Amino acid sequence: MPKTTQDNPQRDQLLQRDQLVERIIGHLLRVGVIAAALVALVGGVPYLLAHGGDRVGADYRAFHGEPTDLKYISDIVVAARQLDKPAIIQLGLVILILTPVARVAFTLFAFLLERDWTYVIATLFVLAILVAGLFGFRL
Amino acid sequence: MTIATLTALLFIGSLAAGFLGSLTGMGGGVVIVPLLTIFMGVDLRYAVGASLVSVIATSSAAAAAYVKDGYTNIRIGMFLEGATTMGAMAGAVLAAFVPVAAISIVFGLVLLWSAYLSMRPRAESSTSELPDRLATWLRLDSTYPTPDGPQAYHVRGVPGGYAIMLVAGILSGLLGIGSGALKVLAMDQVMRLPFKVSTTTSNFMIGVTAAAGAGIYLNRGYVDPTLAMPVMLGVLVGALLGAKVLVGAKPRVLRIIFAVVLVALGAQMIYHGVTGN
Repeated sequence: MPKTTQDNPQRDQLLQRDQLVERIIGHLLRVGVIAAALVALVGGVPYLLAHGGDRVGADYRAFHGEPTDLKYISDIVVAARQLDKPAIIQLGLVILILTPVARVAFTLFAFLLERDWTYVIATLFVLAILVAGLFGFRL
Repeated sequence: MTIATLTALLFIGSLAAGFLGSLTGMGGGVVIVPLLTIFMGVDLRYAVGASLVSVIATSSAAAAAYVKDGYTNIRIGMFLEGATTMGAMAGAVLAAFVPVAAISIVFGLVLLWSAYLSMRPRAESSTSELPDRLATWLRLDSTYPTPDGPQAYHVRGVPGGYAIMLVAGILSGLLGIGSGALKVLAMDQVMRLPFKVSTTTSNFMIGVTAAAGAGIYLNRGYVDPTLAMPVMLGVLVGALLGAKVLVGAKPRVLRIIFAVVLVALGAQMIYHGVTGN
């Protein structure tokens, strides 16, 4: 039989803290998903009311790429504030993409509090890749 | 067809995919892209963009339910996410240069392989009794709750697991899938983690991996809001419904149905890739 944790109080404490962190992250993710879905609907429902009856163009069958105001986060925010409906939907999707990023950022904070430098570096690495993917490809 | 009809079709199809995916534990992401490309004629790149977004939604929604149980190992998750996010970035960048026909064929092969995996019984390998040097240095060993109190486990096969995660990341970024099956395989068979730990840790990693790819897809203009919204909401609602009925379901029958669906879609994707449609 493998050993149980009774003989290792230090690790036990670490595990309890890890689990608290996980629980907070769980709530964070749920709030993120709900917020994303609501924002997408705030743009989506009026969009469908306005354009639901329109014929579908051949747009989605052949790839042409989205216009810039639906590609970059800063432009999406600007267009959404002008109440552009597709941009509001896109803002919801951006919030969704950002929820795992927020999760990683929060984990970084937890590892910093624990002064767990190995995992501070490991988490920073993941965060750097995510941020580069989101903001670094404005070609 | 009107925009309202297309939106409704996308929503219902994605709902079915999310529902089946959640019931079988395979995730709905793997059937979204074939569904959109084969049956609705959506361009592959738009389909992959919408699928990646929906994968994040299901992973995040499920995580909230999973973490309460205390099986997730955040150290293993974060360490391996280094590999999956690097892979996802490479895969998403590759997607711009690889011809659509080739992506279609790779997708078909992954579907066939997923069908095989879904039918194979998931055998729990005996957990390692002895500590592994690298795993100890990285403090990956942990415990998980059982009715008899916390049970300790040792982790092994760290380099092998890391390498498979790199591949899982590339496939995720290239095809817009969660690569959950491959992640679980790496953690079950190579790293010898207990079932519940690998399942929940994999789910947690899927969202972060997909976000790495999704950011690049967004910036390249592969995420269309009017296509991605019904897909994301459909998969999300389907997955939540699936989690509710899971208790009374017969997984064996469902797995067979899902495997047949995967084989049919896989064959179609390969056919489309080869004939260039």
